[in-house]
Amino acid sequence: MSVVTMARALNDALDVALEKDSQVMILGEDVGRTGGVFRVTDGLYDRHGSVRVVDTPVAESGIVGVAFGLAVAGMRPVAELQFMGFSYPALDQVISHVGRIRNRSQHRFTAPMVIRIPYGGGIGAAEHHSESAEALYAHIPGIKVVVPSTPYDAKGLLLAAIADPDPVIFCEPIRLYRSLKEEVPEGWYEVPIGAARLERVGNDLTLVSWGAMLTETRAAATLLEEEDGVSVEVIDLRSLVPFDADTVVTSVKKTGRVVVVHEAPRTGGFGSEVVATISERCLYSLEAPPERVTGWDSVFPLKRSEAQYLPGVDRILRAARRTLGT
Amino acid sequence: MVFARTYDRKCTALQRQGRLATYSPFEGQEAAQIGAVAGLEPHDWVVATYRDAAMMWAQGYPWELLIAGRTGDERGGSPPEHVPVMPPSITVGGHMVHAVGIAWAEKLQDTGRIALTSFGDGATSEGDFHEAMNFAAVFDVGCIFLCQNNGYAISLPRELQTRAETIAQKAIGYGMPGVQVDGNDLFAVYEAVKEAADRARAGEGPTLIEAVTYRIGPHTTSDDPSRYRSDGETEEWRRLDPLERMRIYLSERDAWDPEWQAAIDSEASAEMDRAVDLAERMPPLGQGRILDAMFESLPPELARQRSELVEET
Repeated sequence: MSVVTMARALNDALDVALEKDSQVMILGEDVGRTGGVFRVTDGLYDRHGSVRVVDTPVAESGIVGVAFGLAVAGMRPVAELQFMGFSYPALDQVISHVGRIRNRSQHRFTAPMVIRIPYGGGIGAAEHHSESAEALYAHIPGIKVVVPSTPYDAKGLLLAAIADPDPVIFCEPIRLYRSLKEEVPEGWYEVPIGAARLERVGNDLTLVSWGAMLTETRAAATLLEEEDGVSVEVIDLRSLVPFDADTVVTSVKKTGRVVVVHEAPRTGGFGSEVVATISERCLYSLEAPPERVTGWDSVFPLKRSEAQYLPGVDRILRAARRTLGT
Repeated sequence: MVFARTYDRKCTALQRQGRLATYSPFEGQEAAQIGAVAGLEPHDWVVATYRDAAMMWAQGYPWELLIAGRTGDERGGSPPEHVPVMPPSITVGGHMVHAVGIAWAEKLQDTGRIALTSFGDGATSEGDFHEAMNFAAVFDVGCIFLCQNNGYAISLPRELQTRAETIAQKAIGYGMPGVQVDGNDLFAVYEAVKEAADRARAGEGPTLIEAVTYRIGPHTTSDDPSRYRSDGETEEWRRLDPLERMRIYLSERDAWDPEWQAAIDSEASAEMDRAVDLAERMPPLGQGRILDAMFESLPPELARQRSELVEET
């Protein structure tokens, strides 16, 4: 057990997986010699060699399509795409092949593969480097979509994703890579995909979030408890597909009030799915209209306007207080 | 080749009767497809397209499943466990990178198996052609790229697809050998593939083979080739028909007689009747089965949707 960052926990997960399963391999741009643009694969090339940790040409569709072929023929590839904004050239492979092969072949061929994608804003990056397109991926049938928000979950979810018999899009919040540390066990352990995590238990209000926005959500919950005396339940979804609707519905039935927080644009964002599910399954438990605190339907702004875009603690507090009628 | 042609014409006829969905005939390309598989080992992979039924069958894919796929049944995409053939790619070009990954996996697992991917001249304009060729060469994998240059991508003639004089020459840019062969000559295709397969198996990397052939029929049963090419052109190519050429070749060596031909024709015809019957008698997939193969096990939301589907349809 050691106290590590999310980047370190992910690195550890990959190391453990390479160690345990000879079919596991890593491929992507700059993942070998330099250890990846975020150094998540740092040291793995030296430890496991160039056959298992592979620097590829700059070609996202090729990386994902080749990883698909590797998976079909018995390997367990973990592909890295450098930023979510660079993942779109590979979308055709994900939609047309990765998510369909099990269905198209009625289980005869499968693609047990992981596509790791650093995503989200908050570091003042260049254009295309802060995208939060998890809902795009969640809309594609046949793939799972996972978003950790803590080092412990990051390692456990990544190992679960590698062990999963189906393809997993693994979204890594860039802003959280090195911003928080926690105790992470040594060796192999899995955090189940499809199970949300109750980050904080409360009775008056439910906050639902995932990824980097947990930071603001958590801070808002603390302020609401300290300043307003409100008992807040915080749910970290962790998986968008499968979506743990039961945990959300159970919570909202108890609290009657809900705010969903995500940094992706609002229209068609995964928050819409969460709120629609609440409307279908526990509308009559609601004491106030659900609120969404999200990024705007704009292109993700450059550094100097980033603060306008990303939901901050204030916006979450205002939405929460509207639902509480305070 | 006789079986393949019988299948091809049968499918067009069945489509006209409304018994199959859209069909994409390969008449004229039999030598390119059968010749290619003749150069492979039975355990080698074939990663091909919607116009490659002859090739898929030659590598073990049962006719009835090829037909089932055309009737609109997902089980047509599920060949028996021992058949190393992917279900046909319907999107153009995206499958070539899969063959590279598959060949790479076999290399890593040291199985001695290689992969052949087939595609048309149109697919060489897709970005994935470039990415596949480049990855295959960079990682030195045992992948054979077989381009069946059949003259047209739906309506677009080969000359407007690329300014390159040949498709084969594109190999140079990737640092791999490129070969152009007469795609209507079974032996020429066989030899080119066999040579590429030997190289691939010896760890000497990928090869691009351009088999020059011609699509005698339409792009699909929904297409009208008279809008973009002349009957005269098609007639010219009919004279190069691979089956007829094989017949002449065998006749000249006293290895052909009409009775033998008639026997094969009727055997092929009976085989297709059997396959069509099997495919058409497959019971429907069953309510809710469309959700069952999305994941290994049904996530709760899909289970909910499945119940809803079963209740409401």
